[in-house]
Amino acid sequence: MSIPFWRDVRVLRVLLQVLFLIGIFLLAGVLYTNMLTGLSNLGLTLNLDFLGNEAGFDISEGIEYEPSETYLKAFWVGVVNTLKVSLIGIVCATILGLVVGIARLSSNWLIRTIAAIYVECFRNIPLLLQILFWYTAVILQLPRVRESISLFEGVFINQRGVYLPSPEPTAGLNVWGGFLLAGLVLAVILYILRAKQLQRLERPGFRAKWALPAFLIVAVLGWFLTPEIPFTLDFPVLRGFNFVGGLSLSPEFSALLIGLSVYTGAFIAEIVRSGIQAVAKGQREAARAVGLSESQTLQLVVLPQAIPIIVPPLTSQYLNLAKNSSLAIAIGFPDVFSIGNTMMLQTGQSIPVFAMIMVSYLIMSLTTSAAMNWYNRWITRNR
Amino acid sequence: MDHLENAPNDPIIVCEDVHKWFDDFHVLKGITTSFQKGEKAVICGPSGSGKSTFIRTLNRLEEHQRGTIIVDGVELSDDLRNINLIRQEVGMVFQQFNLFPHLTNLQNITLGPIRVRKMTKSEAEEIALSLLERVDIVDQAYKYPSEISGGQQQRVAIARALAMEPKIMLFDEPTSALDPEMITEVLDVMRELARSGMTMLVVTHEMGFAREVADRILFFDEGAIVEDAAPANFFDNPQHERTKLFISQTLQH
Amino acid sequence: MKILSWLKDNLFSTWYNTLLTVLALGFVYFLSKGILVWAFTDANWDVIPANLQLFSVGAYPRSEIWRVWVVLYTVCALLGLSGGIWGGLPFRFAIGIGSVGFVCALLPLFEWATRGWIFGNVALLGAFLVLGVNVRGLVSKMRPWILGAWLLSFPWTLIMLRGFGENSVLTTNWGGLLLTLILAAVGIVFCFPLGVLLALGRRSSFPAVKWVSTAYIELVRGVPLITILFMAQIMIPIFMPNVRLDKVLRAMLGITFFSAAYMAENVRGGLQAIPKGQYEAAHALGLNYPLTTLFIILPQALRSVIPAIVGQFIALFKDTSLVTIVGLLDLLGIAKTVIANPDWLGLQAEVYLFVAVIYFVFSYSMSYVSQKIETALGVGKT
Repeated sequence: MSIPFWRDVRVLRVLLQVLFLIGIFLLAGVLYTNMLTGLSNLGLTLNLDFLGNEAGFDISEGIEYEPSETYLKAFWVGVVNTLKVSLIGIVCATILGLVVGIARLSSNWLIRTIAAIYVECFRNIPLLLQILFWYTAVILQLPRVRESISLFEGVFINQRGVYLPSPEPTAGLNVWGGFLLAGLVLAVILYILRAKQLQRLERPGFRAKWALPAFLIVAVLGWFLTPEIPFTLDFPVLRGFNFVGGLSLSPEFSALLIGLSVYTGAFIAEIVRSGIQAVAKGQREAARAVGLSESQTLQLVVLPQAIPIIVPPLTSQYLNLAKNSSLAIAIGFPDVFSIGNTMMLQTGQSIPVFAMIMVSYLIMSLTTSAAMNWYNRWITRNR
Repeated sequence: MDHLENAPNDPIIVCEDVHKWFDDFHVLKGITTSFQKGEKAVICGPSGSGKSTFIRTLNRLEEHQRGTIIVDGVELSDDLRNINLIRQEVGMVFQQFNLFPHLTNLQNITLGPIRVRKMTKSEAEEIALSLLERVDIVDQAYKYPSEISGGQQQRVAIARALAMEPKIMLFDEPTSALDPEMITEVLDVMRELARSGMTMLVVTHEMGFAREVADRILFFDEGAIVEDAAPANFFDNPQHERTKLFISQTLQH
Repeated sequence: MKILSWLKDNLFSTWYNTLLTVLALGFVYFLSKGILVWAFTDANWDVIPANLQLFSVGAYPRSEIWRVWVVLYTVCALLGLSGGIWGGLPFRFAIGIGSVGFVCALLPLFEWATRGWIFGNVALLGAFLVLGVNVRGLVSKMRPWILGAWLLSFPWTLIMLRGFGENSVLTTNWGGLLLTLILAAVGIVFCFPLGVLLALGRRSSFPAVKWVSTAYIELVRGVPLITILFMAQIMIPIFMPNVRLDKVLRAMLGITFFSAAYMAENVRGGLQAIPKGQYEAAHALGLNYPLTTLFIILPQALRSVIPAIVGQFIALFKDTSLVTIVGLLDLLGIAKTVIANPDWLGLQAEVYLFVAVIYFVFSYSMSYVSQKIETALGVGKT
């Protein structure tokens, strides 16, 4: 007795999937032929040859680049700029988020309230609006170059950006580097010794208790023992209409960085807060009852349990920050998206450029999640 | 089948050399047996013996990979129509009740009749209320499963299965998840159901219930039926060492 | 004495808490002083009332504004009716909206005619609220009809705003808060079913469906919204040359397809939490896959992820501001044009702050309502 095929589960499974795939391929096929006709109407062919052509447009900041270089190089400048603003943004947002997140749990009412107001305000307003605000309403309204605000010696803030003294290495750096290396070796040895001691004593403790101070002492001693100071500070100086020397952050970069950090920081604060709160209050009280101090409790009981809770949502916030850095196009910071956009306008090769942009972001997303997954596994194993 | 010589030879479930594998693990190793209309069979055995898997193959919650299962004259195969037909004829009660937590007890019972049997809402509710009366919790009709006790939940689950007017009822360890004081109320409902003439296959460790209600006890071990006998023979004169050991262990409790 | 002990417990419990309090007080003092001095002396707020119509509806023709009012009246009537019939949270929500409207009508922010219209809205809302309360007991099957009416109000809104024939208002003239809300509403209404389908697809036992859904979700979540919006603007004309879609519609498509991927991940979280026994019980009753999904799985899965879904809606609402970059005049886009207007030069801070407050009010009230729904539904309870 054979089953008619339209009722046979095994046949249906295959049949439905084949139909589904045929549907998808048909759709893709129609789009593809449309694209080809559309491109041929525009007199374009689908290839990447244009990447070798001279770009011919200027890029306001980033790694060294001349308009006479290729499109590929221009695109790379954008990639590096995106990475730069994302990485620095992630660091700033994390610090901000940690501080505010812990502040939200403070026993001090005023601190708690300020932190809560910060979080509610900044996460309920669109990021693009915040970036535009920082850029046009704050940074561009700063005094002109000649009337720069100088907070400290060598730090200048004006509408052209922020100028900071930058450390310039000298010959002494090599000597000091030797000290640092020695200190590091010493620190690793002390760390291992301490870990072994703790294991022998069978009690928890701060493993870097000896290593950290030892490293700092060697580093500081080395600084003074080195005949030439390892770094000199290169101060920005006003020459003509602008500052030269030192480290300068463009207004676009600063606005984007502030916007991304402040916005993402508000979300990270919430993640930190709920992570710490998720570690049951009883756990903390139990730890205190055993006789652990406040900082020991945080370090040995609360954080090890809170971190695995915090890391997954934190990863997605980092990814969001990296993706949100594409809003740079609204204020003219040359990130990968905005340079890609210029390339599209100049060459008309929108499809390959879009593909390149998307692949760049996908690579960033995938590596970040891979790294974070690895870290998450490591932290779970080591607690 | 000497123990059933009085019953009409009218099997409602026929299993012929049923095999099942979970990956490499051979769970069912050639089960051949049949159950008569109106028969009450208790299936017991140590955990992992394949007894639960066996009754779950009877309404195709698990697929068997070899052999044939015929339920009420319909073969369980990859035929979509047959699967749906059989599931309507076979009611099932689970260890964990598996009530739908977002529906009231009444809605839990009426869902199947309305959506599968295409009854009107009022018809279905009438049936549901009479079933709740039968399992003695009509006053809990409009509560949610989370608001009643485990024993009550299991009785709602039985009513839910009965609402489809099945010809066969499968019970997969219906009392194992219950507190001891609630086991009786569920077993009472099952006894009443047995008296009404329902065909019942019950996986359980309740040997008292087995002795009292069952026409026949099947003992499973390592994926095969080791012993298949009427309760009197099963308890007083078991044929296999494994069965003897199992009986002595269970009766101690 | 109570105040003193509260102060001691909450502000001055230890020496470092005291120090923190003093520092924080100083910070608050200087910040609020700066803001208040600026807001009351330097700031030029005239730009707001002078451009209020732009902020509200953009370039929507003045002669056709009545269409917007008709839509608002429809929504108010429905809101009043729902609030009256449901009671509880919808009731309080309706009262809240009504009070806000009432205050707006009293304040001299708008022209007299506008204030009259708003007043009419409040009155209608109130009237339907009373009506709703009174018919609550009379008609038992009102609720499905009201839900249906809400669904119908959606195409009704779009048709009403667009109009027909000579007097039709092209979507290019839609702007300001109106456009922002329409974009958000369209996004929310359409990304939700699409997201549910994608989530089901990703959990499908059919490998082909599973891989296609997964690929779509991960691809979209891996790239910024702005790339999707640009693609919608640039690529749709290339890939579908025969289909003429205007700019607003393309933006709607971009937002919907982007949010659907995130929605799918939220829904998937809910699906993963459903115990296997629920599927088995449903199958044992003879329910097939569509029935099981519709009546057993989705109701439970969605309820458990309401907070995440509302969070997604809030994100979508804020994300609509990105259409500014592709040249639409939503609330933020209008703000940029007002700032660029030579009559109002140098008023960036005022304009952006005003717009920020509007965004804040909407998105904060959404998260507030979601918290209330959470407690009302007892999410987290089994």
